[in-house]
Amino acid sequence: MTATLTIEGLKVAIGAANVLRGVSLEVQPGEVRGLVGESGAGKSMLGRAVLGLLPANASVTAGRIAFEGRDLLAMQEAERRNLLGRRIALIPQDPMTSLNPVKRIGGQIGNLLRHHLGLSKRAALMRATDLLNEVAIREPKRVLSLYPHEISGGMRQRVLIAMAFACDPALVIADEPTTALDVTVQRQVLQLVERLRLRHGSAVLFVTHDLGVVAKICRSMTVLHAGRVLEEGETANVLVRPRHAYTRALLAATPRADRPAEALRPVPPDLTDQLWSEAHRLDQVPAAGAA
Amino acid sequence: MRWGELIRRLVLVPPTLFGVAVIVFVLLRIVPGDPIAMMIPPGASEADIGRLRALYGLDQPILQQFATWLGQVASGDFGRSISVRQNVLELLLARLPATIELALVATIIAVLLGVVAALVGILLRGRRAEWVVDGGIGVLLAIPDFLWALILLLLFGVLIPLLPISGRVDPEIDLNLHSNFFLIESILTGHFDIAFALLHHMILPALALALPFAALVARLLKASLAESEDQDYAQVARARGYSRPSILLHEVFPNALIPTVALGGVQVTLLLGGTVLVERIFSYEGIGNMAIDAVINRDFPLIQGLVLAFAVMFIALNLLVDLVVTMLDPRLRHG
Ligand SMILES: Nc1ncnc2c1ncn2[C@@H]1O[C@H](COP(=O)(O)OP(=O)(O)OP(=O)(O)O)[C@@H](O)[C@H]1O
Ligand SMILES: [Mg+2]
Repeated sequence: MTATLTIEGLKVAIGAANVLRGVSLEVQPGEVRGLVGESGAGKSMLGRAVLGLLPANASVTAGRIAFEGRDLLAMQEAERRNLLGRRIALIPQDPMTSLNPVKRIGGQIGNLLRHHLGLSKRAALMRATDLLNEVAIREPKRVLSLYPHEISGGMRQRVLIAMAFACDPALVIADEPTTALDVTVQRQVLQLVERLRLRHGSAVLFVTHDLGVVAKICRSMTVLHAGRVLEEGETANVLVRPRHAYTRALLAATPRADRPAEALRPVPPDLTDQLWSEAHRLDQVPAAGAA
Repeated sequence: MRWGELIRRLVLVPPTLFGVAVIVFVLLRIVPGDPIAMMIPPGASEADIGRLRALYGLDQPILQQFATWLGQVASGDFGRSISVRQNVLELLLARLPATIELALVATIIAVLLGVVAALVGILLRGRRAEWVVDGGIGVLLAIPDFLWALILLLLFGVLIPLLPISGRVDPEIDLNLHSNFFLIESILTGHFDIAFALLHHMILPALALALPFAALVARLLKASLAESEDQDYAQVARARGYSRPSILLHEVFPNALIPTVALGGVQVTLLLGGTVLVERIFSYEGIGNMAIDAVINRDFPLIQGLVLAFAVMFIALNLLVDLVVTMLDPRLRHG
């Protein structure tokens, strides 16, 4: 069976700085893969590379990204746009800023449905109502007529999740979809993602720095640091028998129900420093070889 | 802007106008030179001058003069122009429409040019051609409207005489209109030949007023477009597979319009101020042109009326801008 997402040896540079240093990763159909790592590890860049949303000054210097076997980087622009939002969807990090502030919720969902599914205005409206029902928004008809600033952050994230799953995507990239929300809302949003991906049969690449979340919803996981994959595998295996010192440190830094809070130890700065200098040394290797 | 705010602003209009009136009234009488000095023939006797001053009430203390004038204005009488010897209100009503129409045509040209330039510029964002657009905007912005007036006059009036360079309309045309809004009335009543003749005369002064303002609109809008395009919602729209032109037009433009109208709309007052010199250069019979004569002749009643007319236009414009911004931004409507 072809993997839903295949990334091979992906290198991304911003100016002279390497952000991804040869990342490989696979997401199988229907699989939820956690992508964890500290801030600045390159998690968002990886997601943006898949969506073709790298910043203007960033470039892919090596590697391959394939969606259902088709090379996304070699693809025609129009063909790629046809996949985005329909077969590959994004749940953004910040619901407060990810909806257009001057357009009604209904218009924003309706546009998407009309664009990708070719629905009529009326059919789109009805489908939008269904979608809001699906993410447990009460009075969906009323919410459709509201502007984003008139609903809460949790509601906005529900709307964004509804939009992500609206066209039955094969792959959903969720970039820390709960970090901007408060704890109780976080849990509801996680359950929602879990329910919707099951119903729509989507695979999810779930970006987070919370191992607790990974343990709860991800079947497999990839640990990223300084643009390198340090460890990957089935979540159960990685969390029980972490092979890399960094993963062990991450685990020690994660609060758990069966452990007193005093036992928490932050990731030692020595370790991250060592990993960063290792990464920078790797950057020098090809240059040294060429010289 | 909600109703409460609108009412508050309307209530503030009379005191604002009163303040403007006080300042103009006092300033005119403090600075040296008065209308009598401009109208007396050489060799007039002191007694004659005294009698003239008394005739126009200029021998009274300033406070007394102001009270008298305010009383008249309150009953709709702005006095008589000293130099033109006509009722000031009638003069204003005859000339104001010409200026409003000129400013309107100039604003329309400026907005069209500015929006197109901003959209082209943003489409070329990050490419070398973006510099050409930015450079062009910079040049337009650096040359003030009265210089554009002279340049256009020389170019299309003298060097390649394509367009008329003076007046509002050819004297031989029989207008036969009811209002002084010649252009608007002729368009509304379907007299397009007259409208065309009017526009023919208007195009050069309007262009002179429009070019710097177009550059201003372009710069404001382009900056707002760039800022909005970097916002999350525009990025997320890209992740939904919309094309860049479509995102710029449907997602980014409605957002970028809000700061552009808020900041640029108020700048139409600059364009209105520009009519003074530009109308003069093209002998266009609006209130700007009339203002220069009024100042040269120290025509106190006319100057006072003109300044109030400009003040009313500025206030109305500011209100209009706030109303439009409220219409564009749902966050302001619901608070
Ligand atoms: N627009 C940009 N220009 C230059 N460098 C950038 C830009 N965006 C990100 N970077 C750099 O790229 C690296 C990876 O950033 P990325 O946003 O992918 O990290 P992340 O793992 O998502 O972190 P976080 O958990 O904070 O979201 C970081 O070192 C960051 O400094
Ligand atoms: Mg990130």
